[in-house]
Amino acid sequence: MSSPTAAAPPEAELAATAAEERVSVASNWTLVWWRFRKHRLALFCTLLLIGFYLVVLVPDFFATQDPEATDAKQAFIPAQPLHLFNAGQLGLWAPAVAGKRNAITLRMEWQVDETRRIPVGVFVQGEPYKLLGLIETDRHLLGPASGDAKDRLYLLGTDRLGRDQWSRLMFGTRTSMTIGMIAVAFSIVLGVILGGISGYFGGLPDLIIQRLVELLQSLPTIPIWLALTAALPQDWRPEQVFFAITLILSLLGWTTLAREVRGRFLALREEDFVLAAELAGCSRMRIITRHMVPTFMSHIIATSTLAIPVMIINETSLSFLGLGLRPPAISWGVLLQEAQNIQTVALAPWLLVPGLVVIVAVLAFNLVGDGLRDAADPYTH
Amino acid sequence: MLRFIVQRLLLLPVLLFVFSVVVFILIQAPPGDFLDSYLATLASSGSSVDEAQVVALRQQFGLDEPVHIQYLRWMEHILQGNLGLSLEYQRPNIELIGERLVLTVLLALFSFVFTWAVAIPAGIFSATHPHSGVDYIFTVLNYIGVATPNFMLALILMWVAYSALGLSVTGLFSPEFIDAPWGWARFVDLLKHIWLPMIILGVAGTARLTRVMRANLLDEMTKPYVVTARAKGLSEWRLVLKYPVRLALNPLVSTIGWYLPQLFSGSLIVATVMNLPNIGPLLLRALTSQDMYLAGSILFIYCFLTIVGTLISDILLALLDPRIRMEGAKA
Repeated sequence: MSSPTAAAPPEAELAATAAEERVSVASNWTLVWWRFRKHRLALFCTLLLIGFYLVVLVPDFFATQDPEATDAKQAFIPAQPLHLFNAGQLGLWAPAVAGKRNAITLRMEWQVDETRRIPVGVFVQGEPYKLLGLIETDRHLLGPASGDAKDRLYLLGTDRLGRDQWSRLMFGTRTSMTIGMIAVAFSIVLGVILGGISGYFGGLPDLIIQRLVELLQSLPTIPIWLALTAALPQDWRPEQVFFAITLILSLLGWTTLAREVRGRFLALREEDFVLAAELAGCSRMRIITRHMVPTFMSHIIATSTLAIPVMIINETSLSFLGLGLRPPAISWGVLLQEAQNIQTVALAPWLLVPGLVVIVAVLAFNLVGDGLRDAADPYTH
Repeated sequence: MLRFIVQRLLLLPVLLFVFSVVVFILIQAPPGDFLDSYLATLASSGSSVDEAQVVALRQQFGLDEPVHIQYLRWMEHILQGNLGLSLEYQRPNIELIGERLVLTVLLALFSFVFTWAVAIPAGIFSATHPHSGVDYIFTVLNYIGVATPNFMLALILMWVAYSALGLSVTGLFSPEFIDAPWGWARFVDLLKHIWLPMIILGVAGTARLTRVMRANLLDEMTKPYVVTARAKGLSEWRLVLKYPVRLALNPLVSTIGWYLPQLFSGSLIVATVMNLPNIGPLLLRALTSQDMYLAGSILFIYCFLTIVGTLISDILLALLDPRIRMEGAKA
């Protein structure tokens, strides 16, 4: 009598070793990917974020109208929800709106009229724009397809100046998502360089950088942020303000990353492979970039993914308070300024939609970041 | 222990000095000074100011002296407990800040208590019932709580209260109590209003702490001493509360160091949205009108509160964890 393992056909044994072989020869990044794809939710959120960044690339294509076009007669039109099925068949349509002036308050009151349907087409012609700033086109993803110029489509309603909120949201997405990305990119550069110096060289540079980090971390963030943005000259162009805000956000935000990088360097400095590289005559720069940084690169990426939503929330809060980006710039925070007055919100609750988009984006970043952080240590399980 | 606290206290003046310089640089940073913007508003409203008056005003506020002299003057006044005169309101800053400061601290403390009172039981429940329905609900709530900006939550709740109940939930007092002297009735009125800002301010922190508590406790629950205690026949609740919870609380105490300061500065946004008589809206107003001594005083107070928050957490941690105490004594 033989044991079950011995009785198993040799192919199964081979297959098992082949699977093991695959794991043992897989590169670090392959292992991270294998672990990451097990998080279904994180994977789904990655797709969501890719969608967000598509909007960042070509907001004009997703917008249905000019985001700046004002029309006082079209103020506070409620959202015209997009419907997928028309009379049991696949076909996009949105209900029309009908306005009536209130005889007492003299305010226009808009009602969604479900009986009159505006057909909605895809890839319709509209405002001309330059795709990616290069190709001239006038095709938009969605738009009214009735051919009647009077039929306007406000997927998310309009604000107090009659501007189309959906189109503004697309452009706001571009600004807010880019600010988050750029601010984090700056933080990574600062954090990795300063944290690296601190951890690799130790001694006096370490002491100075660590005191600086402690000082920055013990500053009351929001008030200092406000003071810094309030110090920006009032007559700066929107692009200048955008750049300055990004810089301010990252100047106060690099410390966490620097600490992380320093800790990793301290731990790795004593490792055998670093000693081996030193003995082999590698230069310091090569040891750092070729041997040390790749071992904790996945951690840096995970930490940065978790830092982006913090930046987004900060930018949105600053702009909401009127001290961040200012109109005519459009960002999620600027859009939410329209919702500052609670009476206005009660009248036009769709003005809160940009806030929901902020929550969804932040949630997606957090979930992806968590997934990446768990996946960053392929050997723990 | 005493030595550890003394060491921390000795660091306090150094930090305060550095912060005062930072704050002073910040309020000096905007181009032009208060008088420039004051004159601009006067000019735009049509009234004119003659040269002699401008010079007199400059001298009165010491605006034409070199920067370092202005700083020393400011510091001298602060050390004497004189926060200067608000250029805009023409009233002593200390009067403007006084009660608002009390309310700022009070709101932060209320939120702090709320956070701990909710996060610890929720964390314990999640960890003792992992992967149960309630645990999943808590997890989802935690993710949403972290992802929602404070001001957004305030807006949504205010909107719900306004449109569903017809309530206007702004402010911290009913109209008849706004200028009333402090008393029992006023305090009760405050309690009736402070709960909503308290929850809004505390939600994100509660979500984070619940996650920390759950993770800590889950780590402890698999340790052999828990199995031993269970084998001895200890009742489950006594076992959990007596041993692993106490250990899991330790890392939580170390979060006070960043959480209290975060509450102080976070209250700024909530207070502005909900129109609370806090130092936050006052700072915002002072910054936009370049009322620099008022803004400087408030920024300095925020820094001070931050340091005190960190100090409290250091001391609590030393009290709870002998290892930190010892390390302090050795150094």
